[in-house]
Amino acid sequence: MSAKSSPTALARVRSPDLIAFLALAVLILIVLPLSLDIFRLNLVGKYLTYAFAAVGLVLCWGKTGILSLGQGIFFGLGGYCMAAFLKLEASSVANTKIQSTPGIPDFMDWNQITALPVFWVPFRSLTFSLIAVIVVPTLLAFIIGTAMFKRRVGGVYFAIITQAIASVLTILIVGRQGYTGGINGITDLRTLLGWDIRTDHAKYVLYFVCCILLLASMLIARFVSASKLGRILVAVRDKEERVRFSGYDVANIKIFVFCFACALAAVGGAMFALQIGFMSPSFVGIVPSIEMVIFCAVGGRNSIVGAVFGTLLVNWAKTMFSEDFPQLWLFAMGGLFIAVVLAFPGGLAGLVTEQIMPRLRLRKRPALMPIAAASERVAHTLPAAAE
Amino acid sequence: MSETDFLLALEGVTVSFDGFKAVDGLNLYVDKGEMRVIIGPNGAGKTTVLDLICGRTRIADGSIKFKNQEITGRKEQDIVRLGIGRKFQTPTIYEDLTAFENLELSLPRGRSVAGALFWKRTDEVIERVREIARMIFLEDLLDRRAETLSHGQKQWLEIGMLLIQDPELLMLDEPVAGMSVSERERTAELLKEIIKNRSVIVIEHDMKFVESIASRVTVMHQGKVLAEGDMNTIQANPKVKEVYLGH
Repeated sequence: MSAKSSPTALARVRSPDLIAFLALAVLILIVLPLSLDIFRLNLVGKYLTYAFAAVGLVLCWGKTGILSLGQGIFFGLGGYCMAAFLKLEASSVANTKIQSTPGIPDFMDWNQITALPVFWVPFRSLTFSLIAVIVVPTLLAFIIGTAMFKRRVGGVYFAIITQAIASVLTILIVGRQGYTGGINGITDLRTLLGWDIRTDHAKYVLYFVCCILLLASMLIARFVSASKLGRILVAVRDKEERVRFSGYDVANIKIFVFCFACALAAVGGAMFALQIGFMSPSFVGIVPSIEMVIFCAVGGRNSIVGAVFGTLLVNWAKTMFSEDFPQLWLFAMGGLFIAVVLAFPGGLAGLVTEQIMPRLRLRKRPALMPIAAASERVAHTLPAAAE
Repeated sequence: MSETDFLLALEGVTVSFDGFKAVDGLNLYVDKGEMRVIIGPNGAGKTTVLDLICGRTRIADGSIKFKNQEITGRKEQDIVRLGIGRKFQTPTIYEDLTAFENLELSLPRGRSVAGALFWKRTDEVIERVREIARMIFLEDLLDRRAETLSHGQKQWLEIGMLLIQDPELLMLDEPVAGMSVSERERTAELLKEIIKNRSVIVIEHDMKFVESIASRVTVMHQGKVLAEGDMNTIQANPKVKEVYLGH
């Protein structure tokens, strides 16, 4: 940004999304850790891992209009890559000496597998596993994205195909039990390089790691959406054809944003495996994928911060509600989704920026005048309301 | 096809939709710096010709050369990058962005993903956008969301989005459709300004408007060229009178 944009930067400091971002940071870094016991805080940590996927959906779905109903695929793959490393560490020869083949994960032994499959071997390395957490899901997203977007498959067809892939992956994981742990998933994860991740202390540490990663991801997402690329994403949503006739390769832009969203979801999945201590196909399939879309929609599909608040709120409601009325939760969630789509397409964030903010601004107008005047020259930035 | 000195040369271009030949063995040559108007009754294939040139529709047969390079089969964005700009019949702009952002996105720079991600809005960019905005009468409306512009202003904005690309060939599909009389006059003025350094193909129904801008007119009928020449010749042509100007 040049010196010209400093008035804009000033205006941005006062913008509602920065305030919301700081409020979120205070909430998850200070308020919740001080007020919740470790069991509840660990639950919040779990919710926050879904928020990674929701933030990705803001860019992919909210900004660009690409609805993916398969974010669970990437969340799950990220989680499985992390869980694979943790599982191998937990399956040392000493820990598994009662198995017929000691030194391999227990579920492999139960399935009469007598040697570690070749594709499992690299997951003995933490470095490889951490790289795989990002690269494997992103590579799959790249292949799906290239296959779809280069052929101009979009809209509802894309949504259905991603959903189908989520379903296929679940069936694959469940079916290849010996290699994947099947329907139970990869369970009994214990240590990370000898550090016991099941202790309360470790759960605190991992919670804060998760928070920091999420806040960093939000800043990166913010950087993307505030760049010219962010405006191109909106342009693709509005008039894809015009973008093409302005000389942009629309397919590449869509592939990028889809991969970006999937990489974020994958980080969330890895943090899930670390904090919760297992990974299973129930976080890969259609239901979790659609839930992620709902979190994003409730929070506001155009607002990065809104999506995180939405994720926290819906999950908190889910926990509260399903503790008392487990059978009613799915209906409540479906009703919530319909209500949001029909009545508040901007979600919570839209409610704040369109309903509450204008009223506050009306009262405070004199105080805001100097900023408005200063930013007049270079006011052609993203409208604050869009965030 | 042989070597050509024309900026744009279409030879034997044919395309059919479900057996219906929308364009049938069409030959069309456009010179450097030429202002060409294509007229013709509805369904004559005028818009299809533009679609074929800019790669939106694939030709079944024939050849399209731009600067003596075959461009059939190339992707839309590659054809744009060669220097062909296209305006659609209805204003096609980014409604959710401001007029400034609409123009900025159309600047022919930073078109890769990385280029767009690390794009800097330099003084030069701002100056260029303002320069174009002055030409299209939108200088004072740059901060407005494009959605809130009037119909005529949207048409101008789209023309501006093409101008900022600085294409060698500009294709305009009914640029004055839906405009008020005063807007039409200003648009004609604008087009005369634009044509100075480039070739333009315009599709238009409004004969008064055509008279005010045209140097050469091509009349299309049923996917073929019916007549070609200057305005007076065309208006005197009995065949043209029969199928189009008639009354």
